[in-house]
This record gives sequence, C-alpha cells and structure tokens, in this order.
Amino acid sequence: MRIHLLSLMLLAWLTAFWNPAQAAVKIEHWKTPQGSRVYYVHTEGLPMVDIQVAFDAGSARDGSQFGLSALTSALLDTGAGQWNADEIAQRFESVGAQFGSNVSNDMASVSLRTLTEKPLFDKALETIQVILTSPRFNEADFQREKNRTLSGLKQQEESPGELAGIAFYKALYGDHPYGHPTPGSIATVSGLESTDLRNFYQKYYVAANAMVVIVGDLPRQQAEQTAEKLVGGLPTGQKPEPLPEVVMPVKADMQRIEFPSSQTHVLVGMPGTYRKDPDYFTLYVGNHILGGGALVSKLFDEVREKRGLAYSASSSLGPMFRKGPFAISLQTRNDQTGQALDVVNKTLADFIAQGPTEAELSAAKKNITGGFAMRFDTNKKLASYVSMIGFYEMPLDYLDTFQQNVEKVTTASIKDAFKRRIDPQLMQTITVGGSARKSEK
Amino acid sequence: MNNRLLCAAFLWLPVFASNAETKVSEHVLGNGLKVLVKEDHRSPVAISQVWYKVGSSYEPGGITGISHMLEHMMFKGTDKHAAGEFSRIIAENGGEENAFTGTDYTAYFQTMEASRLAVSFELEADRMRNLHLLPDELKKELQVVTEERRMRTDDNPQAKMQEHFNAMAYTNSPYKNPVIGWPSDIENYKVEDLQAWYQRWYAPNNATLVVVGDVQPKAVFALAEQYFGPLKPGDLKAIKPQTEVEQLGVRKMTVKLPAKLPYLVMGYKVPVLKTAESEWEAYALEVLAGVLDGGNSARLESGLVRGKQIAVSVGVSYGLYSRLSEVFTLEATPAEGKTVWNLESALKDEIAKLQINLVDNEELQRIKAQVLAKAVYERDSGFYQAMQLGTLETVGLGWKKVDEYVDKVNQVTAEQVRDVARKYLIEDKLSVAYLEPLPITGHITETKIEKGVR
Repeated sequence: MRIHLLSLMLLAWLTAFWNPAQAAVKIEHWKTPQGSRVYYVHTEGLPMVDIQVAFDAGSARDGSQFGLSALTSALLDTGAGQWNADEIAQRFESVGAQFGSNVSNDMASVSLRTLTEKPLFDKALETIQVILTSPRFNEADFQREKNRTLSGLKQQEESPGELAGIAFYKALYGDHPYGHPTPGSIATVSGLESTDLRNFYQKYYVAANAMVVIVGDLPRQQAEQTAEKLVGGLPTGQKPEPLPEVVMPVKADMQRIEFPSSQTHVLVGMPGTYRKDPDYFTLYVGNHILGGGALVSKLFDEVREKRGLAYSASSSLGPMFRKGPFAISLQTRNDQTGQALDVVNKTLADFIAQGPTEAELSAAKKNITGGFAMRFDTNKKLASYVSMIGFYEMPLDYLDTFQQNVEKVTTASIKDAFKRRIDPQLMQTITVGGSARKSEK
Repeated sequence: MNNRLLCAAFLWLPVFASNAETKVSEHVLGNGLKVLVKEDHRSPVAISQVWYKVGSSYEPGGITGISHMLEHMMFKGTDKHAAGEFSRIIAENGGEENAFTGTDYTAYFQTMEASRLAVSFELEADRMRNLHLLPDELKKELQVVTEERRMRTDDNPQAKMQEHFNAMAYTNSPYKNPVIGWPSDIENYKVEDLQAWYQRWYAPNNATLVVVGDVQPKAVFALAEQYFGPLKPGDLKAIKPQTEVEQLGVRKMTVKLPAKLPYLVMGYKVPVLKTAESEWEAYALEVLAGVLDGGNSARLESGLVRGKQIAVSVGVSYGLYSRLSEVFTLEATPAEGKTVWNLESALKDEIAKLQINLVDNEELQRIKAQVLAKAVYERDSGFYQAMQLGTLETVGLGWKKVDEYVDKVNQVTAEQVRDVARKYLIEDKLSVAYLEPLPITGHITETKIEKGVR
C-alpha cells in the first residue's frame, strides 16, 4: 500500500517538473535522413546541454586487433579538418566546452558538454562535428597515442585488480568479442598501424551505425538541426552484423595468479544477463539483495559486517548487447582468501537454493523504487540513461515502467531465475595476490 | 576571426555567471549547529550532509587515522539503533548514503526523495551524540579499515609513493600523515581512543548541516530544530596551530617499489586561501594551476605530452580551500625511453617560463572561460554544491566564499600569475620524489576444480 502511494506521488512530482505529458521523462525520438537514431530530452533550469554521438563500434568490434576501437577513439581529437590537437583543445576550452571520447565493449562514443549561448555553442558544435567527420589519423599523432596506450597497458601490470579483471573476462568469454580488455594488450596494440584505425573509422563511424543523444536546454528545432549537423556529413554506410551469442562455460574453473601484493583480489562469476533479457528485472532485483545494494546486501553483511574480511564485497550484473558478466568481487588479506571464497560460495549457493525472503525482497523494492528519482536527478545521469535506452533500442518508456517492472518481481521469480541462470557448476574464479605464507600478518 | 568571437563571448560570460549566483539560507540553532539550505527544484530530491570540523589534520601522533576509523564506527549503532540499522533504514527509504574523511573534515551524507528528509535528520541527530562504541564491533571494523588501507595504499605504487612524499615534504604540519593513518596506529586503536575522539568533536556546535534540493529553507530549519535542536553543545577546545616551519632547501627522495613505470612527484610549499597574506595570491596560484593543467590545451598536456613527448601523463593539484598551507603538486609519468630526471627538468623549464614571461591574454581568457562554464556545470549536481558549501564552512573560510570564486579568478592578472610563480615555485620550497620500479615477480598457477563450491 505504502509503495503504491509512493509511486503515485513520485509520478506526480516528476510530471510537474519534467513535462506536461504523463511520463517520468519525455524522450523524443526520430531519425535523421541518413538513418541515424536521435534521442532528445528537453530540460530547463540550466543553460547547458549534454550531447553524445555513439556508434556500435566498441572493443567487441576489434576483431583480432585488440585495442583497435579504443585507439581509434583516442585519435579522434588529435587532429581533424584543418586543426591539430592544440587547436582543437583550444577551440573547446576557449568556450568552456568539455569534450570526451569513450569506448566500452559495445559502444564507441564522443560527448560534449557545452553552454547553450549561441556563439559558444556554435563553436563547440562545429568542432565536434569536424572531429566526427574529418579526423586526420596522422602518423605522428598515431605513434604518440599508441605509445601512451602501451605505457598504460604496462602500468596495468602493477595492479592486481586490473590483472584480475583481465583474467576474469578471458575466463568468462574465451574467444568471444567480449573476452579481451577494451584497451587491448601490449602484443596486439604494438602491431596496429594508422591505416587500421582509418579503416575501422570508415567502416563503423557511419550514419546508419550512429545514434545521437541530446539532453539539455535546447529547443526541439535546434536539437533537430544539431543532430543533422553532427551526423549529416557522415557517409550512410551500414550497421554491422549483430555480435555472436556468448558461448557459456562448460564447467567451473579456478585460476590463481601469483602477485606480490598484500591483498588477494577475488572475482567469481559467469556470463549473466543482457539488455533485452526477459529475466532482466528479476535478476536485477535478486542481485540487489545478494550483493548489489551499496551498504546493505547479503554479501556485504556476510563478508564485511559479520567477519571484517574485506573493505568492499559486492556482486554486479553488467548487461550488454549480449550476456554481460555476473561478478562477485572482494579483496582480502592473502591468508584469508580461502575463508573469503568459502563465505562467497556458500552465500551464493544458499541464495540460489533458497532465494530471498519476503522481507528482503520488500526492503530491496523499497530501496529501488524509493530512490527512483535519484536515477536521473542530474542532466548527466539522465543523459546516460537516455544513451543506454537509445543504444540498446529499449522501449522509450523504460523509465516510466521501471518501477512497475521492479514491483512485479516475486521471491519465487527470483529463485526461479537464479536457478536457471546462475549456476555454481559453471562459476569462474580468479584470484590475484600473494601466497598466504608470504603475506604480512 | 577567432579572437573576435572569443571577445564577444567573454563580454557576455561574466554577466551570465553573476546571474548564476548561489542563493543560500543560513540558520544557527541555539546549540550552535549551523544549517545551510540551497534550493534546487529541478528534481524531487534532497541531499543532506553533516560536516564535522575534524579530520586527519586534527590528529596527534600515535592515533593517526582515528577520524576515519570513527567515521566507520558511526554506522555501528546508538542507544536507539543496533549496528547496521542506520544503513538499513536509509536503504528502505530509497536513500543513498555514505561518509568520507579528509585532512580537514569528516562528513556524512544521504540523498533521498525530498519528503523523507526527516528520516535522515532523525538518524544523524541520534548518532551525533548517542553513538555506541563496542569492542567487538571495533575489532571487526579494524580489519575492514586495514583491508581498506591495503587496497588504497599498500598495493598501489603511486599512492604509496604519495604517502611517503607527504611525510617528507611536511616537517611539522599534520598534513604529513595519511588520512587513513599509519599501519601501526591503525593496529592499536582502543575503544577509549575512539570514545575520547567522539566526545571531543561530535557536537552540534562543531558541525554544519547542509541541505541542497527540492526543499523550502523555512521547513528545513524547522525540521532541524525538531531533531537537532535538543542536542547539547560540546565543550570545544581550540586545536594548536601546528604551522609548518619554513623549508630551508630542496628535499629529494627515492621510493623503490614493485611497479612497471617510473613516476615523479614535485611539490612546492604554497599558501592557500585561508593562509595567504593576500587573497589574490591563492587565486593566482589557482589560475597558474589552470595554465599548466587546465584541460587538454594547457601547457603540460600540449608541451610535454604532445610537443616534447616526454610524459605519457601529467597532473597538477592545488588545494585552494585547505585549512592549512599546502604543497602545489606536479606529478608525471615519463614516456618510454625518458627518465624522471628528464621530466623534472622539463617541468622546471615550464615553471621558469611562468617566472620570466607573462601568460598571454588568450591563454588567460581560456582558463577563465573554463572556470566560468564549470560554475554552470557544477549546478547540475546538488551533491557537488553541498560539498562546496560544507567544505568552505568546515575549513573556516565561510560558505560565502563559494560565490566569490568566479569573480576572484576573473580578476587575476598575468602579472599576478608571474609574481606567485616567482615567489613560491622556487627550489628552496621544493620536494621531489622518484618512484624507482622494482621487478614484479609472479607466475600463473591454474588449478582446475570439479565444482564451483569448495
């Protein structure tokens, strides 16, 4: 009852703020003449706008050249049209605009945060448009950025947490396009040539493969012009074939990596859920109870609150186009690794066998729905939701129906979904750290 | 052409920025608790933060890190609520919460849907005066903090080097100690130590309550009166100044650690806004930091990472709002084939340029443009706005300084940037640390097991 009342109240407030329409957030969607998808939300109150242009061109599109997507993205603002890296940076910064480029497993994107005052906005927009349509990929810039990437990859090797993450993805995904780290490896990046980047750019940075997100105080008409200007100059091209399905591991496996650290980093998991998964909300709420809640969860309670074994102990689901990882992670003093793993495995096995209690489910729902408004209480957070909705072509009312979808989850559905989807017999375990005898007390 | 656009833009920007000024309402309760409220009605959410004037720079030797340890213990129960209940109640109310400790403050926060502000006030008021410090809870939480230290510092070569650098750069300033504490201090905290620390600092007259969000100031003040009003004030004793002695020459150290890349940290002793003889010096140092590292067009990124390709990454940090004088820090990782000594001399060349030549106008305008724009972007985050108010109030500058920032930065001249470079960025005030990587030895052992559950 209380929950129902709350939901109604929230909707009323949000409606008052966001839009006269009966929606939590009014996402407007259209396509440019070249076929790029555009997602737009008009927000008022601050004279600023967040813009993102994203492509299905993440590291999953690297092929055998691991790191190709990331390096292509890193080169974009080092030279474009008539400008070199300094001139590009000066153009943005002289108007206080912030440019960024980013790569994940699924997605490559460029983003811009700028003021909306016309001369400032126009200069920033023109700059990002040239970056998108006419990057130079010149040899000197390429060699420098490649060397910086190689240094970064070398530095990863001094971090037990990074090493654990790399081994974990490899264990879960093997040769699937999700199996290698986004920045690549020293061997594969060393072999890249600037022409590889140019070819990658020409194939994937095309209108048919592009999506534009605009969130901020820009009228609809200006948003339309902005989207057109951003991607209008890109060749139409085509969308790449969908990524292959993930092949599930056939049995549990464990890998210990020896490392001279005082803590052992532990990762336990398997391929979990994907964006359009019919089980998504059930797994999401279940995981929230198991280890997704920040300071309140079964894993946090068993590992940290009851036993003081770790500073952080959590489980996560990272839904992607295909099954992203279900991952339990913690870090503990080397000689406690066995004990911590026992606690994790027992907590997980019990949860799968018994599911959550009604009280646990009710508390989790109250947390998720009660905090719903905080999921998009800034332009930045809202833009990242809109980007997810647009990129994965989720229903436009995803946020409007979010709370209903959470409310529908039952203890029985969680138990059922975890039994079908999270299997201890397939769990991949990675530990990176020092051996017990070598560790300090 | 470009210049003209730039000027047009800048005629307009300061006007705009002054329109963007913060409106903060202030109210002090009878027991000394200061309440600051800033309305932001863009979303039905309220951020509530309680800031205590205590942090690692308040700690005497032997119990370094105790402010942070106490922050952890603040979740371990009161007369009314058992350990962990605080977090469960906040979670059931849809809240996000956590806490953080710095050199100059300890702060607790909840973000909730705005109508639930009372939930957070009730719990925060309760733990401000009625905390239970139980030996069993301390024993477990000590392990947690030790793990936290391992994760943040001990197994992170650059963080560990920073810790050693601070211990060398400062002679008697408490900034020489890590916020999380030295290992042997952490190991030996007793319940009595925590009890004494709690009694000494956790009182309404040593705290600031900051609320930003979809609220009305009058209603928040009434709610604060209701929950915090009955709390008794504490008997506060001033802390000793521990003013850093003058440095008498350059300091250098080598830190040898298992790592893959060398790393350089250089720091010059400088005043901060709180300690500067003239305020403009602090703002000029802030602008100077921007000239070196304010974005991708700034001198270090342009000159050392791209131009000379001597560094793969560089960074500058200056704590304008610290409570005590600081070090103005430059840190960098050399490019393959370059050394930390190449980098050190390249960084010193950049500083020499600042001492000899005036920063040109276009460059200065670019720094200021970013400051002005950021002042708008920051308003997208209620949390950040609350952080700013809390920080400035807690270090003793007063929250009103938040509003002065844009104007004061705007007034900084090229001459002032040159003057602070000449006065403070000099060899005798410098400390340098070099990270010398030792080999990382390890091997992979793969163990196949039949079942996932051991």
